[in-house]
Parts: sequence; C-alpha cells; structure tokens
Amino acid sequence: MSQVRLLVGTRKGAFIFTSDEGRERWDITGPHFPGWEIYHLKGSPSDPNRLYASQSTGWFGQVLQRSDDGGKSWQPVNNDFRYEGEVGPHKWYDGSPHPYEFQRVWHLEPSLHNPDVVYAGVEDAALFRSDDGGRSWRELPGLRQHPSASEWAPGAGGLCLHSIVLDPKTEGRMYIAISAAGVFKSDDGGESWKPANKGLRSAQIPDEDAEVGHCVHHIAMHPSRPDTLFMQKHWDVMRTDDGAESWQEVSGNLPTDFGFVIDIHAHEPETIYVVPITSDQHHFVMDGKLRVYRSRTGGNEWEALTNGLPQDNCYVNVLRDAMSVDDCESSGVYFGTSGGQVYASNDAGDTWQTLAHDLPGVLSVEVQRIP
Amino acid sequence: MIRVILPGQLRTLAGAEREVQLEVSAPTQRAVLDALEERYPMLLGTIRDRVTGRRRPLVRFYALEEDYSDEEPDAPLPEEVASGKEPFLIIGAMSGGSTPSPPGRAGEGRTGTPDA
Repeated sequence: MSQVRLLVGTRKGAFIFTSDEGRERWDITGPHFPGWEIYHLKGSPSDPNRLYASQSTGWFGQVLQRSDDGGKSWQPVNNDFRYEGEVGPHKWYDGSPHPYEFQRVWHLEPSLHNPDVVYAGVEDAALFRSDDGGRSWRELPGLRQHPSASEWAPGAGGLCLHSIVLDPKTEGRMYIAISAAGVFKSDDGGESWKPANKGLRSAQIPDEDAEVGHCVHHIAMHPSRPDTLFMQKHWDVMRTDDGAESWQEVSGNLPTDFGFVIDIHAHEPETIYVVPITSDQHHFVMDGKLRVYRSRTGGNEWEALTNGLPQDNCYVNVLRDAMSVDDCESSGVYFGTSGGQVYASNDAGDTWQTLAHDLPGVLSVEVQRIP
Repeated sequence: MIRVILPGQLRTLAGAEREVQLEVSAPTQRAVLDALEERYPMLLGTIRDRVTGRRRPLVRFYALEEDYSDEEPDAPLPEEVASGKEPFLIIGAMSGGSTPSPPGRAGEGRTGTPDA
C-alpha cells in the first residue's frame, strides 16, 4: 500500500504528516526549522523523497533546505539569489520607482522529470532555476527584463512570483504568476516571456483590462489538459482553454469570488476547488463559516462543501499555496488556514476531518503519494 | 582567538555550539564574519546580505555592553574582544521576526506577510 505525505509550511516551521492510503490516521512530525517562516516546501515528482523547502525570517533572510530522505534530514543548500545583468526598478507602493531587491523565495517548483532541477519564484518578482539540486541558482532574466517590468507594482504581500506551472506535454512551456503583474507564459523554458492576461478585468487598476497589472493570486493546471488553466484572481475565478491566450470568468454562483487558492481534482479535470474569502478588506471566510466550494463543471456552478468544517465563529483565511490534492483512487483534498488548522478530505471534499487544530498559521500545503 | 556568540536560530542552522571560537589575525568585524562564514558556509547571507555584503537590518553586533552594529566593518575590534577575553555577540534584533524592516532600510514598508 502506498503512503501519503503532506508537507505543511507555517509561519513558525514545517510539519510533515504521513498516512497510509486510507488517510484516516495521520502521524505528524515537526516543527522542522522551528521559528522560521516556511513559505513553501515541495517534493520532486520524479523522486518523492527529494524535498525542497524555503525557510526565511525577517532577521536572518533566506535559507534554502533540501532533503533526500523525505524530510527525515535536511541540508542547507545555496541561498545566493542574485539578479542577472542590469537591475532596474519596479513601481513601489506609492508609485515611485524602486530597485529590484531580493526578499525571499515564495514558491519552489521541482521539474517534472529531474529531481536536481528546481525553479524558485521570488520576491521581488523573478524566476530562478537550479540544475544541481539547489547547490547553485541562476536567474532566468528574460522575465524580469520584460519591457513591462518597470511598471509592475507589489500587492500588499510584496512583488512576489508565487505560481509556477510546468506544461507536462509541451517541452519548454511554462506559466508563472506575479502579484500584482499577472500571468506570463514562456515557450522556451523560461528564456523569454509574454503576458497572458487577456480577458482579465480588475477594477483596482486604471485600465481594467490592461495587458499587465492584475493581481493574480494562484493558477492551476490539470496535467491531462495543459491548455486549460484555472485562476483565482484578487477578485474573480477564471479559466482558459487555449493556453492562456484568453481567459473567461467562471465565478458563477459563488457567494464571493475573492480568494487565494484554487486547485483541481486529480482524476476529474473539470472538478475544481476554491475557498471564497469575504473581500480584499476582510481577509476571512464569509459569515463565520469555513466552506470549500467545488464545481464539477469547470466553474460557474458551485456547491458548498461543509461536512466536517467549522460553521460557526470561524474567521480564517486560506492562502494561495495552502491547498493540494492527491491522486489516490478517491482523490484527497487538503488545505491549511491562517488559524493553524489543517483539514483533509479523502472523498473529494464530501467530508472533512481536522488533521491539526493548533499549528502556527499555515502558509503552504503540498501532498505527495509515495509508492 | 575570538569568541563569537551566535543567536539560537543560527546556531541550529549551523549545527554549532552557542560559542564559536575562531582564529583571526588582525580581527575586524569583517574578518571575524569572513572566518565564521568560512567555517559555516550555511550562514552566508544570514548575517550579511549576499549581494551588498552589508549587515542585515535586523541583525545586531554587541560587545562589552556596547552596540558595534554600525561600526566600520574594517575597524579593529576592541582589545578585549580580539584577545578572547570578551565575546562578540551576534543578535537578532528585538524588532525582528516578520514585522516591517526599520525605516530607511531595504524592505521599508513591506508587510512581510503572504496574506495579500
């Protein structure tokens, strides 16, 4: 029987949950890296015991960790994220020019095929790649040197590159998303990029359908349909079916279409999940009820999933990297909250169990199925 | 011999004892940190910025009950520190963690939160 492993990054360390495929009983280890913010940790699809973790604090900056044994032991690897070539400005919060400065790694995306290849999405927005398991990093500067980059402005969390999606079928095709610049697409392994935001409308920017400037919160792709992506934007849930050449809104009957996470069922590419958040002013779920919304129609028609989730006096948020799905026969869905709870469903969201009540605020959740 | 006291999080990261002893001829702040990072390369970037080489804003250097954080990196350290009689302390500032960086520093105004 295979094992399921959940990698949970929090504001004060990482936790690793393991279970058998039944996913009823879980063992938890941690905190790993206690006291450090773990923005993200993720395993290699081609070697599940190879994990990468982004560890940082306001005091001591960025550290990158790697494990070769599924998180039992860790080794610090290189943390030298150095922008390449001329480093120009982006827009600061007040609209003034501000030089790009490395702040932290938000997201780590291991290659689909080679455990030594891993991408890092960083703040201030840039994409880095390592070909040697994190021993060295080089920027893919074509993104940050895009002509629009001097106009990119930070969201409240900073000018962060938080989503990296690798196309499993078309060699060299990848998508990234930046708050608040939007989605960019590359067809040459990240060397050159073009904005991919047609169809997005954002009332918070002067030109609502501008080519860049949208606060995309997260994007997700089902590996069987790489031309279809789903997006949770600042406001609006969107989809594309033509490789991000154009997007359509699929918020439909959601009670609010503000949110951070979006994810896709492992076996049903038209079944998607979001956690609606009241508004950009109120970063908590609506009406004190924690509800995951599921659409089995690729959007527009949504149902609330509440069985096992708190429905009174709940005022948490679910951040953009804090949801994940497994590919067990009955697909599992997992998410963590700003209040430190981790919830899991082993029946595609119909029922939920609480795996942890009282962790530090959860920043990221990734699940792995270990053969 | 220089005695360097590391803060808890860096001690754990480096797998070091609380006090690290370093042989440094002509000890200055820069020479001590160079020697520390040579022995513990995982500390690179955690005390000084990897690009600028400057002290990170929320790291402080204390010795002899004085704050040496803003001393010139190449200024000689006091004789009591150079001789090992008194330690050189590396401290995470009280204002640290995930709060905004102090005014005038890199990162000013950042919220340090992914909640946005």
